[in-house]
Amino acid sequence: MSERETKTKGSIRELSPIDVYKLLPRTNCKECGEENCMAFATKLVNREVSLEQCPPLLKKENEKAYKQLKELLKPPIREVVVGVGDRAVKLGGKLVQYRHEFAYFNPTAIAIDVTDEMADDEVLDRIKRAEKFSFEYIGQILRLDMVAVRSVSNDADKFKALVKKVAENTSLPLILCSLNSNVLEAGLMAVPKAKPLLYAATKDNWREMAELALMYYCPLAVSAPNNLKLLRSLAKTLTAYGVEDLVLDPGTFAGDGLADTLNNFTMIRRAGCKRGDELLGFPLLGVPMTAWMDRGDAPEEVVKWKEAYTAAMLIVRYADAVVMHSVDGWALLPDAVLRQNIYTDPRKPVAVEAGLKVFGSPDADSPVMFTTNFALTYYTVASDIENAKLNTYLLVVDTEGIAVDSAVAGRKLTAEKVADAIKASGIEDKVKHRKLIIPGKSARLSGEIEELSGWQVLVGPRDSSDIPKFLLEKWQKQA
Amino acid sequence: MPKNEKDESAFGLKLNPRLLELLAKLQEIELEDFEMEVGDLEIWLQPGAVAAPGVAMPKLAPPAKAKPTQIIEAEFFPPVESYLGKVVEVTLGATKKKGGSRGKAITIGGETAPPFYTFEQPILHPPVISVDVFDMKVPLAKAVKMHVKDVLEDPAAWAKLAVKKFGADLLTVHLISIDPLVKDASPKEAVKTVEEVLQAVDVPLVIGGCGDPKKDADVFEAVAETFAGERFLMSSLTKDMDVERCAKFVKKHGHAALSFTPMDLNLARELNRILYDYLPKEDIVMDLTTAALGYGLDYAFTNMERARLAGLMGDPELAHPMSSGTTNAWAAREAWLEMAPEWEPRELRGPLWEVTTALTLLLAGVDLFMMMHPAAVKTLKDITKQLLGGSSGNADRLVEWVSMKT
Repeated sequence: MSERETKTKGSIRELSPIDVYKLLPRTNCKECGEENCMAFATKLVNREVSLEQCPPLLKKENEKAYKQLKELLKPPIREVVVGVGDRAVKLGGKLVQYRHEFAYFNPTAIAIDVTDEMADDEVLDRIKRAEKFSFEYIGQILRLDMVAVRSVSNDADKFKALVKKVAENTSLPLILCSLNSNVLEAGLMAVPKAKPLLYAATKDNWREMAELALMYYCPLAVSAPNNLKLLRSLAKTLTAYGVEDLVLDPGTFAGDGLADTLNNFTMIRRAGCKRGDELLGFPLLGVPMTAWMDRGDAPEEVVKWKEAYTAAMLIVRYADAVVMHSVDGWALLPDAVLRQNIYTDPRKPVAVEAGLKVFGSPDADSPVMFTTNFALTYYTVASDIENAKLNTYLLVVDTEGIAVDSAVAGRKLTAEKVADAIKASGIEDKVKHRKLIIPGKSARLSGEIEELSGWQVLVGPRDSSDIPKFLLEKWQKQA
Repeated sequence: MPKNEKDESAFGLKLNPRLLELLAKLQEIELEDFEMEVGDLEIWLQPGAVAAPGVAMPKLAPPAKAKPTQIIEAEFFPPVESYLGKVVEVTLGATKKKGGSRGKAITIGGETAPPFYTFEQPILHPPVISVDVFDMKVPLAKAVKMHVKDVLEDPAAWAKLAVKKFGADLLTVHLISIDPLVKDASPKEAVKTVEEVLQAVDVPLVIGGCGDPKKDADVFEAVAETFAGERFLMSSLTKDMDVERCAKFVKKHGHAALSFTPMDLNLARELNRILYDYLPKEDIVMDLTTAALGYGLDYAFTNMERARLAGLMGDPELAHPMSSGTTNAWAAREAWLEMAPEWEPRELRGPLWEVTTALTLLLAGVDLFMMMHPAAVKTLKDITKQLLGGSSGNADRLVEWVSMKT
């Protein structure tokens, strides 16, 4: 029966640190930096360290244990590396289907395409945009990850020249795209050691593509549009051929057929994570840029809009990489932020420490305001204060990591909490006045805060970007 | 308040209506090929159930270690599971026949599989959209305001616009003015506003309070009593209200309740348990709190996904249709703030922020969306149609993106 290759694996949540500990050297040598082997085992299970951080385990006599551990800790979705060096991208490596079951690793990589029929300027401009895309969000920089180089002309020399130019101008990993293996090989000759993702093996060209993947040590994408039986057959065939790093593309319908696309991505990920199906246990590639096919006379904004929301759905439904054509910030930013959100570790609260924070060098007459300890709220307020170079006190109230409006609605931010925070912070010894600026979105707490704390409340702006203006207009007049 | 209201370029003002128009045009093109009836879903083929034409499928695998020379055939069986639970169906709005005045009633819920797992079960009731209508001037993002600027202080006109132009399935009448900290409008005044909206349109209504537990209860009671039998959704009942009192008048006058809790499934179960003492399950929709993209959407998503899966696994206290205040997307400054040029125009970024928030939660299982921007509403409707439509794409051509000219 062809289901033989489907073996049942225990779910990640069933893996106990004890199982891992038993296979470690158990010498408590601390070479890994942990206090003992049990602590290291716990971190291994939580995916906070890698096996290779245990030097004794890498010795010849522990080879068997190492291999057993590798197998034990192997994610149901294989981790595939594209590119080399600092900007190499890891795809897949997922342990679970649903993020609440553990956490997602290796955020969906976003690739921007260039083609051999674009003018040089356009190619360089697009690469530059992919490189320069940068958005600061909760102390992280959101970036784009890859460049997809496509052969439109089907001309090997042209493709080679394009790949060379792209490689000279970016260190981002590449996806080389052509269904013609001769064209693809010409491109590979321009970057023989760059380990690009090859796109793609199909039912017609799989042998030639497999040879290229083996010869150049590249990961290989497999395309079988809307046909999971074929996709699984190709995965089986290519695995048997010796290609280990596969990336699966079940096809992306950006319009008609979208239901199939979501079903396919979902079925593949469930088969990989829940049924231990190794032939479908590979990273998934989504291609939202199919929105540009058959666009008819639809204007660009509409196509970009469609491409962006298709990408959003694929980011939620298990895509490990997506290829986009639009390089517009308005279209890419929601996807970049969504990706960050979905890949946030749900095991860790996104909160900062509560208490009194000091900005600049405030004195006894400086303003006092408060915000919540939700990390995003705090960093947003803090950066607005810093950018305006204000001298101020900011009281961070513990709302269990919930933003102001939700915390007020959910009673996580109450007048009692604010009054207690004032008392506990010692701010009353630092300033002479008793005026508290509260977030505009917590205005409804004004009266109660005044009652409980004895401080006078000034309702501040609804968005912290207006704090400098507010201080200028309201605070200074008061003072 | 959104900044830079005054210095908007003419470009920004024109762009958005244009986008809407363009989206509308595109929709017509797409709809020409869309003729599937709901009944067709039953015979819809599973993806992968048909072998690709022209693929040679050898019966025997080649010997181990030799490189294969032909495709080795593997089977694919859709990983279908069965679920013990079923989400309850809740009907909103009542027609004349049923004691109300609405043109039609809308039923949500009834799921027997995770969201859009149509390889397991067809969709019984598609998700619906309730568009926000406010009873007074409220701070709105510029991208939203431009579409409603003529109706800002006229709830009835706003309601008509939302139904006729935006395609609202339902309306949410937000009674902001009743807030003791705002205008402290009386329950009587609130009833008058609801009456105006009720007369203006014939879709089911959601009645939105101001967040003050005492005042909301008073207003909901007056509205519930005056419009007995209309089957409004009272948005919302919270734990710090007099739940017993509220649930009783909701039941007595034939309405439904939105059970709101702040991102905590235990609290959601707890509130639902209290409600069960007074209300049948079919009268309860739940709101687990929506946070905006970039501002806690991950919590909202995971909470809802967990709730729905738990409901399907047989936890009856979470097996209720879910509502989302998707309008909260506009609380994200990236939705409305004027940013550096590379992120502009915000007239597109803003509604896309709402769409992205909505789609994320659509995939977590939301049944009822409370939304604001017409382009976001339209997009969500288009996508929902696509997701219900089943297979109609041309798979063979899909790989041609590789060599597509752009």
